[in-house]
Amino acid sequence: MKKLMLGNEAVARGAYEAGVKVVASYPGTPSTEISEFAAKYPEIYAEWAPNEKVALEVSTGASVAGARSMSCMKHVGLNVAADPLFTASYTGVSGGLVICVADDPGMHSSQNEQDSRHYAAASKIPMLEPSDSSECRDYTKLAYELSEKYDTPVLLRLTTRISHSQSLVELFERDERELIPYKKDAMKYVMMPGMAKRRHIVVEERCAALTDYADESGINKIEYGDKKIGIITAGDCYQYAKEACPDASFLKLGMVYPLPQKLIKEFAAKVDRLVVIEELDPIIENHVKALGINCDGKNILTLLGEYSADLVKERVFGKKITDIKTADEAVPPRPPVLCPGCPHRGMHYVLKKIGLRVTGDIGCYTLGALAPLESIDTCLCMGGSVSMAHGMEKATGKSDKTVAIIGDSTFMHSGITGLIDIVYNKGTSTVIILDNSITGMTGHQDNPTTGKTLKGEATKQVDLELLCKACGIDRVTVCDPFDVDKFEKVVREEVAQSEPSVIIAQRPCALLKSVKFEGKMYVNPDKCKKCRMCMKIGCPAISFKDGVVIDETLCNGCGLCQNICKFGALSKEVE
Amino acid sequence: MSNILIAGVGGQGTLLASRILGNVAITLGHDVKVSEVHGMSQRGGSVVTYVKFGEKVYSPIIGNCDADTVLAFEELEAYRYLEALKPDGKLIVNTQNMDPMPVITGKMTYPENIIEKIRAKGVNVIAVDALSLARKAGNERAVNVVLIGVLAANTNIDKAVFEKVIKETVPEKFREVNLKAFDLGYNFA
Repeated sequence: MKKLMLGNEAVARGAYEAGVKVVASYPGTPSTEISEFAAKYPEIYAEWAPNEKVALEVSTGASVAGARSMSCMKHVGLNVAADPLFTASYTGVSGGLVICVADDPGMHSSQNEQDSRHYAAASKIPMLEPSDSSECRDYTKLAYELSEKYDTPVLLRLTTRISHSQSLVELFERDERELIPYKKDAMKYVMMPGMAKRRHIVVEERCAALTDYADESGINKIEYGDKKIGIITAGDCYQYAKEACPDASFLKLGMVYPLPQKLIKEFAAKVDRLVVIEELDPIIENHVKALGINCDGKNILTLLGEYSADLVKERVFGKKITDIKTADEAVPPRPPVLCPGCPHRGMHYVLKKIGLRVTGDIGCYTLGALAPLESIDTCLCMGGSVSMAHGMEKATGKSDKTVAIIGDSTFMHSGITGLIDIVYNKGTSTVIILDNSITGMTGHQDNPTTGKTLKGEATKQVDLELLCKACGIDRVTVCDPFDVDKFEKVVREEVAQSEPSVIIAQRPCALLKSVKFEGKMYVNPDKCKKCRMCMKIGCPAISFKDGVVIDETLCNGCGLCQNICKFGALSKEVE
Repeated sequence: MSNILIAGVGGQGTLLASRILGNVAITLGHDVKVSEVHGMSQRGGSVVTYVKFGEKVYSPIIGNCDADTVLAFEELEAYRYLEALKPDGKLIVNTQNMDPMPVITGKMTYPENIIEKIRAKGVNVIAVDALSLARKAGNERAVNVVLIGVLAANTNIDKAVFEKVIKETVPEKFREVNLKAFDLGYNFA
């Protein structure tokens, strides 16, 4: 039976068929759905861990205990998980261990465009890269075989277009596996210098063996066509190149670390012109050149963004598309916006009004950096807001002008350590935790503060207020960010204190099924003074033509605009 | 090979539309790829999904001058993705206008008479007030399925194939509304 599946769903299917028992991940676009689909199989235990480091430690533990296990994350998540990653390379596995990492060339939903293939080389862990959903399933299963055969974790690299494209996948039965019997083995699993020195030898031997595998196993395939041009490529770039020139000769790499040597030499010798087509960094290209083989690559392509068949046609084959119909004028861009009813909108409005310096973090609320809210000054990484606010204070001295804002899930991920740093090192920063009862940006995942697990079971809920107090924060205030007057008062009060404080801005995400507003807002033209105050909150449902206009297809009646209007011109029309 | 580009505003239901088309293509026995958008850009931003089917599909994305049909859920988005249309391609557009934030903040203006301007370029445009038809069907969120109906009427694929796929793809409680929406779109002309 063939089914149309997202690449991410196909990875989960592969894990299921391979007999995986434990999946531990942290959500991050474009990787999130792998774990969500895995959780739907009753045979698989799946969890959201507080962050990627914890997730990888959980799956490594499951592997050492003898089960096939998996962790999934986005590219920047692998930075967080890098600590266990590098040493799990030394310990190797018992049950197969696969780490899925999804890169985001073109940054559809990310803060940078890093290339995870560097991690494979740096940690000396083999990496496979599928080019469609069917290969996602196949390579996931293969990854488990390689993991157990070569005693190594295996990285499975995805990119946005592979993760989030659907193509046909054939389904097979699950291979139910017994746990591999546990054996205490300190020489393998206790990484102290004496043991690690011996394991490093094993790692290098493994890399050599895997290079032979890359040359001989058939995971990397030559498809000879027209020998005037030979293309070395992998992943989504294979599809772009194949569409641009189906008749060329191809060396399609399924394993991007370690890279083959003999196969590349053989292929290069048979074609007139050699081109390496890979998004982001010239990893394959540098390898080819290190083998003493000349090729085209980044000299004609680009280090930036996502590739396409059009780009390959133009840069590799000199075929430019003409006859394109375009708009007659500048088409206004449509950047993403906070949803109507979003709890973050009231907070951003207040922070901008007070004129605070705001260190931001990763989540929907980062959109508050855009006009007209424009409240956020920085966005660096998960948890970075809290520690950066502390750093600013230590640089400039006590300032009542800075606050950190961070979502509930992001706070659990790595904001808590920054908060402890503030308390320990006598900082006085104010941290606003945006408790919207869910992980919003990645599409509503549960987290330790929501009271529900990835499997949908009820669980104990982390009490943010108690947690902050236990860290040593004596001033913790809970406040609704839609009550803008009160929220403003609280923020002004807390930033003026000579001790650290936390404000928990509590209001659930407007997209949660449990959130129900009634009716829609309407404008009373007699009361409206056309002052445009309501335009300052950047609600997509409010526009200004000759006066204020509410788009009733977008308005959900959240009522925030009513709290902003000084003239009572906006009110609710209950249906 | 058929390439259909679906352009809209995050939240308008372009994902469901692309899934319906993908399932129609499978039912017809084609190779198919459907490329989606998840994450940040879904939040009220410009979203584009691609549906490609035929004997063999390689790239999941549609380039410039590459779409047989552009199915636009909003006029400005039709204008934006005009460049994807093949010279003889067809544009199906919902006549809804939704101001993007740069227009709301007054930095830019929403272009006037978009459909006339596109027609003036010799493009085959089918303009439909899908929002009114969706309301007539009983749910304004069914704009996506109205547009699928308009698209279906402009293909030579059997109407029953679409209806079967819609029944299988949408949740049961929305089945009736969606089939009605599909019908209203299909009979629009």
